[in-house]
Amino acid sequence: MTIHRPKNLNLFTIHFPIPAIASIFHRVSGFALFLFIPVLIWIWGLSISSPDTFDLIQRWLSSPLWKFTLWLLLIPFWYHLVAGVRHLLMDVHIGEELQSSRFTAWLTMGITVLLAVLAGVWLW
Amino acid sequence: MVKTVLSTSHQGLRDWLHQRVSAIAIAIYSIGLVGYFVLHPDLSYAEWHGLFTHLWMKIATLLFFLSMLLHAWVGVWTIVTDYVKPYAIRLVLDILIFFALLACFFWAFFILWSV
Repeated sequence: MTIHRPKNLNLFTIHFPIPAIASIFHRVSGFALFLFIPVLIWIWGLSISSPDTFDLIQRWLSSPLWKFTLWLLLIPFWYHLVAGVRHLLMDVHIGEELQSSRFTAWLTMGITVLLAVLAGVWLW
Repeated sequence: MVKTVLSTSHQGLRDWLHQRVSAIAIAIYSIGLVGYFVLHPDLSYAEWHGLFTHLWMKIATLLFFLSMLLHAWVGVWTIVTDYVKPYAIRLVLDILIFFALLACFFWAFFILWSV
C-alpha cells in the first residue's frame, strides 16, 4: 500500500534552520576552495620562481580590482576554516545540542565577517 | 567487536579520519602563513624565496599540499556522490577529479623542487 504524504521540496518556501545554512555554506566554500587550488599553486609558483614574476604578482595585487578579488577569495577560506573548527569541536561533543549549535552557526558567520573586515583593513 | 568498529577498513570511518587529520594540518599551515604575512608587511622576494629554501619548510609545504589533496578528494567525492546519481558519470567525474588533484600535487612538488 502506498501512503501519499504531502511533500514540499520548493527551495523558495522551505525554511532552513541556521545550522543547515551554516552546513551548506561550508560545502559551497569548500567547493570554491577546491576550484582555487590550481590558481593558488600557479600564483605561489610565480611568486617564488624569480624576482621578476614576484614583482609581477606584487603589481597585480596592488591594483584595486585584483586586491578586491583576493579579498573576495579569502572569504570562503575564512568561512571554511571557522566552520571546520566548529565541526572539530562538535566531534569532541562541544556545541552539538540544538541551542548551542544554532548559536555557533551564527558565531561562525560572525567571526567570518570579522576576519573578512580585518583582512580588508590589512589589504588596504 | 571493538576491532570491527575501530578498523579503518570501513571507507566512511577512514574518510572521516582523513578529513579531520588533513584539516588540522591545513589549518596549522595556513594560519602560520597568514601570521607570516602579517609579520612581514613589506615582504621582499629574497625573504619569501628564502623561506621555501629551508628543508623544514619544504617538508611542511609538501605535507600541506598532500593534506589539501586528501581533504579536497574526500570533500569533492562526497559532493559528487550526493548530486551525481548515474554511476558511469559519477565514476568518470571521480577519476578526473582524482587525477586533477594528483596533478596539482605533483605541480606543487616540482615548483618546490626547483626552489
